[in-house]
Amino acid sequence: MFSNLPLLSLVIWTPIIGGMLVLATGSKNNIEAKGLSLLVSLVTLALSIPLWSQFDVSLASMQFEELIPWISSFHINYHIGIDGISMPLILLTTFITVIVIIAGWKVITYKTAQYMAAFLILEGLMIGTFAAMDAMLFYVFWEALLIPMFVIIGIWGGPNRVYATIKFFLYTFLGSVLMLISLLYMYMHAVDVNGVGTFNIQDLHKLPLALNAQILIFLSFLLAFAVKVPMWPVHTWLPDAHVEAPTGGSVILAAIMLKLGGYGFVRFSLPITPDASMTLDWLVIFLSLIAIVYIGFVALVQADMKKLIAYSSISHMGFVTLGFFLLWKITDNTGSASGAVLGLEGGMVQMISHGFISAAMFLSVGVLYDRMHSRMIKDYGGVVNTMPAFATFAVFFAMANAGLPGTSGFVGEFMVIMAAFKANFWYAFLAAITLILGAAYTLWMIKRVVFGPIANEQVENLEDMSGREFFMMLVLAISVLIIGLYPAPLLEVMHASIDNLVAHISVSKIP
Amino acid sequence: MNFATPAFMPAMPEIFLLSMVCVIMIIDLFLKDESRGATYVLSLIALIATAFLAFSNFSTETISTFNGSFILDPMATILKIAICIIVVGVFIYAKDYLKDRNIYKGEYFTLGLFGVLGMMVMVSAGNFLTVYLGLELLSLSMYAMIAMQRDSIVASEAAMKYFILGAIASGMLLYGMSMVYGVTGSLDLATINKAVSGADRVVMSFGLVFIILGVAFKLGAVPFHMWMPDVYHGSPTSVTLYIASAPKIAAFAMMYRLLVDGLAGMQADWQMILIILSVLSMVFGNIIAIAQTNIKRMLAYSTISHVGFIIMGVIAGTQAGYGASMFYAIVYAIMSVAGFGMIVLLSRAGFEAENIEDFKGLNQRSPWFAFVMMAIMFSMAGVPPFLGFWAKIAVLQEAVNSGFLWLAIIGVMASVVGAFYYLRVVKAVYFDKPVDETPLQASMDIRLTLSLNGMAILALGLYPTALITLCISAFS
Repeated sequence: MFSNLPLLSLVIWTPIIGGMLVLATGSKNNIEAKGLSLLVSLVTLALSIPLWSQFDVSLASMQFEELIPWISSFHINYHIGIDGISMPLILLTTFITVIVIIAGWKVITYKTAQYMAAFLILEGLMIGTFAAMDAMLFYVFWEALLIPMFVIIGIWGGPNRVYATIKFFLYTFLGSVLMLISLLYMYMHAVDVNGVGTFNIQDLHKLPLALNAQILIFLSFLLAFAVKVPMWPVHTWLPDAHVEAPTGGSVILAAIMLKLGGYGFVRFSLPITPDASMTLDWLVIFLSLIAIVYIGFVALVQADMKKLIAYSSISHMGFVTLGFFLLWKITDNTGSASGAVLGLEGGMVQMISHGFISAAMFLSVGVLYDRMHSRMIKDYGGVVNTMPAFATFAVFFAMANAGLPGTSGFVGEFMVIMAAFKANFWYAFLAAITLILGAAYTLWMIKRVVFGPIANEQVENLEDMSGREFFMMLVLAISVLIIGLYPAPLLEVMHASIDNLVAHISVSKIP
Repeated sequence: MNFATPAFMPAMPEIFLLSMVCVIMIIDLFLKDESRGATYVLSLIALIATAFLAFSNFSTETISTFNGSFILDPMATILKIAICIIVVGVFIYAKDYLKDRNIYKGEYFTLGLFGVLGMMVMVSAGNFLTVYLGLELLSLSMYAMIAMQRDSIVASEAAMKYFILGAIASGMLLYGMSMVYGVTGSLDLATINKAVSGADRVVMSFGLVFIILGVAFKLGAVPFHMWMPDVYHGSPTSVTLYIASAPKIAAFAMMYRLLVDGLAGMQADWQMILIILSVLSMVFGNIIAIAQTNIKRMLAYSTISHVGFIIMGVIAGTQAGYGASMFYAIVYAIMSVAGFGMIVLLSRAGFEAENIEDFKGLNQRSPWFAFVMMAIMFSMAGVPPFLGFWAKIAVLQEAVNSGFLWLAIIGVMASVVGAFYYLRVVKAVYFDKPVDETPLQASMDIRLTLSLNGMAILALGLYPTALITLCISAFS
């Protein structure tokens, strides 16, 4: 039915153009802007569903490909396509954006149209980043999405928002410019090797590169993606950005923007520089384990709920990078790459699952913040007495965040820990500590905020969730449960692409 | 002596513009102050017609006339059209500003047109003398334009400073030219190019250094940049608009004509010097800009850093590199004229929006122009999808291709530093509360032109192919 439509382009450009229309409706707090935004985000979600239903899971190659020459002098094409790795992330993006628009419905009263438009444009740019099959197109989307995020944190953020947003922008900008140089270098190298330069990501996958060049390229990619993920020690922008961002900004940041970094590792670092990844896998594993354990401890002592969840995100993203880079240790240890697939798929599932859970956690904090205008744990206590429905969801998502079996949080973490066992007992041991730590910091926060006697008068006067808030929580809870109880469809989608990826990176690219 | 009539057709745009300026000057004499608008309209018509003539003169081959002292090639044609269009924008932005400050005189336009003529001669120069002639015509017009607001102390200071330093730089340039003439026995760039290989290297090197000094001064490359912040700051914004935009295109052309058309044989020598100029400009321009609170000074330092990038393309010494550089120069002029146009937009009678503070809360006063300002700033910072990004890519690509990977890395690092002060302006526009709540008073033509200019930065950023291809094909 949709076979003639450039479906993927529609999914990218509908929200961007819709966002501009929303801007055109004016910057007053009017219902048209909100209604139009919701409509656009729903249309985008509807358009993205065929990407899944018509996706052929048996193919590892790109699907829904579109190729239009863009800047012929540099061989830059508007080349997009999706495989099993990017498709779930695109669906996550379209889904979470609807939630974010609903979340901002009542809360944002200042320049509502601009707020909604910024999120819609951001949505399109993020989908573009996931779908880009041309490295320069990827870079354009990757950098361009900093602009709406910069504006979102800066206009609707907390008291220290200017500091946070400039830090966020400069950190990510610094991280990615060296990636740009690497891309330009590979273009030139492709001219030397093939006689014609290319920015096509799949051609770059095949481009032979000497080990020392690979290592430098790998490091530049590592910087770009590590800042985005973020990995220790370049994570310091995240807590600031999260704390200052409005709820919707935090949700998008945690649920999707962090995934861009993880996606970058799978799409760029591993396949383009496999030998350097092999040589330096210890570095990424080391940084991931530090993130998992050390940041877990840091999360434990936070007094600010948003900061706590931000640190928890860093710790959980450590699982993702750990899973991605276990490949060679597993192959060395067991002699087969089958365990490696487990690590990569675990990392991917963890990304999707964290997208839902962190979104829900930040929304929970948002629900409380909208009522009390405080994010400090000490200002709360006994919320369960006045907000029983909220408390149910909060406890549920806390459990999911801690990796309770039956929730999506368990699947990804369990797969990565299994893979880590195949690589090295101590990796698995350290990674598994986080299950304890994660439970500790999340549940301790819940205990202090939700349970116990009513702490003060304000808590006593709290009203329970409205229908709008209840709906968002419910949808997210269902998603978390579905992935937790029956992850097979998600794994099936990824399987062919990940197998193909593992087969590709097991072969040396050194000429 | 056999006197052959040279072909006039290749120089038709220049001849036309010269006649038009003379006519406008005479008409202006008889106009009363209230009908000064006629001069303005006539000047715009002259520019557009000149651009059109230049366009119709387009030839893919290189034509030289007046005994080789005038060259018409694709680069010259494209740059002339770009210069004319940019100056049309300058005049439109400047009109109301001049009116509000009682300096709405015909001289602004006639001097401006003479400057354009100078730039066009520089762009088409095939001889040391033509280069110098064009350069001085441009410079003298600019000195006078700055000094036009004669009651203003800063403007007089700026004019004086620019005049003295400019004169020294011109002297240096002439000195260098005389040395090259002494060795090669010719002022003709093509002849010099052939004679370089057999010439005395020592004297040639001395000559080259002085020539580059003159070029670097006109471009405003570190360490010959000292005049720029003061002149940009001191001049009335209507004149800063002019100085900061089109003349940089002409300066790029002058650099190309002298170093590539004339002294290509000494590439190994000038490459080293240009590398130093480029690195210093990118690094110092961006770092010093951070400390500025005055937006005109900030944009001056930002110009310096852009100049570093323009030079970087030439360093590569390849056809594609010159194309990238030329693309950058045109892009820079488009962004710069828009940036100063924003200052004019926010200024009104008795109020100069000179400080970054004056941009605070623009989003409250006019969301549309806040967006335009954001586009300009992100474009200058080199963030996609705006036009400035592609200019940087084009130049960096050439630097990487010709083995200057480290230079490209310094370039991008300097851009990250630069991003900070552009972000600070965006911060003022979007995140701060307005200090000044008055609605914008600019007239419709400024609003429209500025909107077009801002949209060009976005639209050309989304589809830069045509402009890039045009610039690169000019050199092959």
